[in-house]
Amino acid sequence: MTEIAAQPSSEPLIRLERVSKSYRRGGETIQVLDRVDLAIPRGDFLALMAPSGSGKSTLLNLLGGLDRPDEGSILFDGVALESLGPRALTRWRAIHVGFVFQLYHLLPVLSAARNVELPLLLQRLGRAERARRVAAALSLVGFPDDRHTFRPTELSGGQQQRVAIARAIVTNPTVLLCDEPTGDLDRRAGDEILDLLVELNRRLDKTIVMVTHDPHAAERARTLVRLEKGLVGEIRATSS
Amino acid sequence: MRVLRETWLLLVVSLRSLHKRLDVALVATVGFAGVVLVLVAVLSMAAGFRHTLRATGSNDVALVLRKGSGAELSSTLSLDQARRVGDAPGVAVGAHGPEISPELLVLINRRERRSRILANAPFRGVTASAFRVHPHIHLVAGHRFKPGLDQVIVGRAAEESFRGLRLRDRFTSGGVRWRVVGVFGDRGGIHASEIWTDLPTLESAYRRGDSVSAVYARLVSPAAYPRFRANLLHNPELSVSVHREERYYARQSRGLDRFITVAGTIIALMMGLGALFAAANTMYATVSERAREVAILRTLGYHAAAVVLSVVAESVLYALSGGVLGALAAFLFFNGFEASTLNNFSVVVFRFAVTPSLAAAGILFAGALGFLAGLAPAAAAARRPIAAGIRAL
Ligand SMILES: Nc1ncnc2c1ncn2[C@@H]1O[C@H](COP(=O)(O)OP(=O)(O)OP(=O)(O)O)[C@@H](O)[C@H]1O
Ligand SMILES: [Mg+2]
Repeated sequence: MTEIAAQPSSEPLIRLERVSKSYRRGGETIQVLDRVDLAIPRGDFLALMAPSGSGKSTLLNLLGGLDRPDEGSILFDGVALESLGPRALTRWRAIHVGFVFQLYHLLPVLSAARNVELPLLLQRLGRAERARRVAAALSLVGFPDDRHTFRPTELSGGQQQRVAIARAIVTNPTVLLCDEPTGDLDRRAGDEILDLLVELNRRLDKTIVMVTHDPHAAERARTLVRLEKGLVGEIRATSS
Repeated sequence: MRVLRETWLLLVVSLRSLHKRLDVALVATVGFAGVVLVLVAVLSMAAGFRHTLRATGSNDVALVLRKGSGAELSSTLSLDQARRVGDAPGVAVGAHGPEISPELLVLINRRERRSRILANAPFRGVTASAFRVHPHIHLVAGHRFKPGLDQVIVGRAAEESFRGLRLRDRFTSGGVRWRVVGVFGDRGGIHASEIWTDLPTLESAYRRGDSVSAVYARLVSPAAYPRFRANLLHNPELSVSVHREERYYARQSRGLDRFITVAGTIIALMMGLGALFAAANTMYATVSERAREVAILRTLGYHAAAVVLSVVAESVLYALSGGVLGALAAFLFFNGFEASTLNNFSVVVFRFAVTPSLAAAGILFAGALGFLAGLAPAAAAARRPIAAGIRAL
C-alpha cells in the first residue's frame, strides 16, 4: 500500500493477485481460473485470447465487478474490489466500468439514443446535458445521425455494436471491458469496430480489455495475453 | 432518491415490453379484479342491509314492546297498555292528540317473485296516526286503504319481490280477500318490505282481539326519551320494554350484518390467496423473461434495490388496476341491486350499496395483495447473479 502511494505512476491500473474462480455444477467443481496474476497498465489496450470455455468471460466479469473471485484480490486503481459491499460495488461499476458484449445487449424496447442515455440517468444531469452527451457519444462511435430514434431491431449488427460502445463510453468510464465485441459481426463490420476501439485507446487514452478468440482481432491490441487452462500463459506486445 | 429514479426507469422499461406478456399480466389483473368484485359486492350487501335497517329508525321515535320481548313479532300489548303509552311524558301532541301509533305485525305466506318459494311477508295493521309517526312513508301509486274495506297498501320492495301484490291485485289471507289499492315507499327503510292495512281489520282477520304488537310514539325531541322511558318502566302494572326506534333496527341488523361481513371477508381472503399466487406466478414469469434486461441494467450500475422495488411496483400496479376494474364492475353490477333476506323470520328487501369507501377498501386490499405477491419474485430477481443473467439469452 505504501508502495502505491510512493510511486503512483508506476502502479498498474488493474492488478489481479492469485485470483481463482470455480463453478459448482451438481456435485462437480469446475476450476475455471486458478491463481491468475495479471497487471494491466493505465492506457493499455489488452487482448485476452483463449479458446472457448477457458474462462475469458469469467475473468472479464470479475474485472468489472459483476462477479466475485473465490480467492485472491483484484486491485483497481488502488481499491480492492473485494472490500466493497454490494451497493458500493454497483456504484463503483457505474463510475468506472463500461461493458461491451458480443451480442450488444441493448434493451429492445428503447431507441438507440435512449439506450445510450441509460447510464447517464444514474447521474445528476439535466435532460439537455444528457441529450448533448448522448449525441456526442453516438457521433464519436460513428453512428449515423438519422438513426438515433431507431430501435435495436431496426439496426444492423455493426450499428448495434456502435450503440453499445457509445453506451459504454458515454459516462467516460476508467476502463472499457469488451467481451468478443466482433464475435457476431462479419469481417468488415468487425474491422470497423476494432478501428473504433483502437481510436478510443489512442486518441482518448481509454484503457481497454478485450476478450476474443479471434487472432485477427487480438492483433489490433497493444498487448496480447493468452489464457491457458485457467492460468495466464504468454504475454507479449503485439505489432500494433 | 436515486434508487426511486432507477426504480421508475426499470418500471417504465418493463411496462414498455408489456405487450409481450399481456396474457399473463391480464390473468393477474383479472384475478385481482375478481377478488375485489366479490369483496366489494359482499360488503356492499352488508352495507345495503345495514343502511335499510338504519334508515328505518329515527331517534325521536320510541318503540314500546311487551316486557321481555326483543322484537315486535314476539310482543303483545293490550289496548289498555297501548293507550297508557300516550299518557307518558315527552310524547308529542298534535292536532289529533298524542302522536302514538299502535301497530299489529303478523307474517303471511306469499310466493317470492323470483324463486317462486313461499316466504313470510310482514303484514302490518296501523291506524291513521302511523303516517304521522312514520313520516317517511309516502304513497307512490294509488291511494291509502279505507278502514273496513279489506284494502291494503303495499311497500314498493314487497310489491317487487312477491307475486300478486301489484296495484289492484287481490290476494287471500286470514280468510279475507284483500285488494291492493296503493303502493308506498319508505325512503330506504324496512317498511317498504311490508304490507299495511288498517289495524281493526287485521286484528279481526287474525283473531287478535284488541291486542297490538307494539306502540310507536313520536317524542317532542330525542332528549325526551329518557324521561319517557323511565316513566313507562317505573309503572309496575304496565310491564313493557322501551327502545329507541333507531337502535332497535340497528340492533336487528347487527347479527346478519356481521355474518355477511365475516363470511364475505373469508371468501374474499380465500380468493385473495388464489389471486396472490396467480400474481406471484405472473411476476416470476416476468422476472425470468426480463432476466437479461435486469442483468444489463445491473452491469450499467443500476442497484439491486431498484430491481426489487420495480418488480414489487409492477405487481402492485397490476393489483391496483385489477382492483379498480373489480370495484367498477361491482358498482355497475351490484350498486342498487335489490336483494331480500330473512330478518326475524320475515323478508327484508334491501339494495346493495357500493359506497366510495367500500370501493377504496377493495382497491387497497388488492394493492396489499399485489405487494405481497411481488415480494418473492422481486427477491429472486435481485438475487440472480448478474453474470448469469448476461449469459442467459
Ligand atoms: N454460472 C456458471 N455455472 C457453471 N459453470 C459456468 C458458469 N459460468 C461459466 N461456467 C463454465 O466456466 C467455464 C468458462 O466459461 P467462460 O464463459 O468464462 O468461458 P469463455 O472463455 O468466455 O468461453 P467463450 O469463448 O465460449 O465465451 C465454462 O466451462 C463454463 O461452462
Ligand atoms: Mg465468453
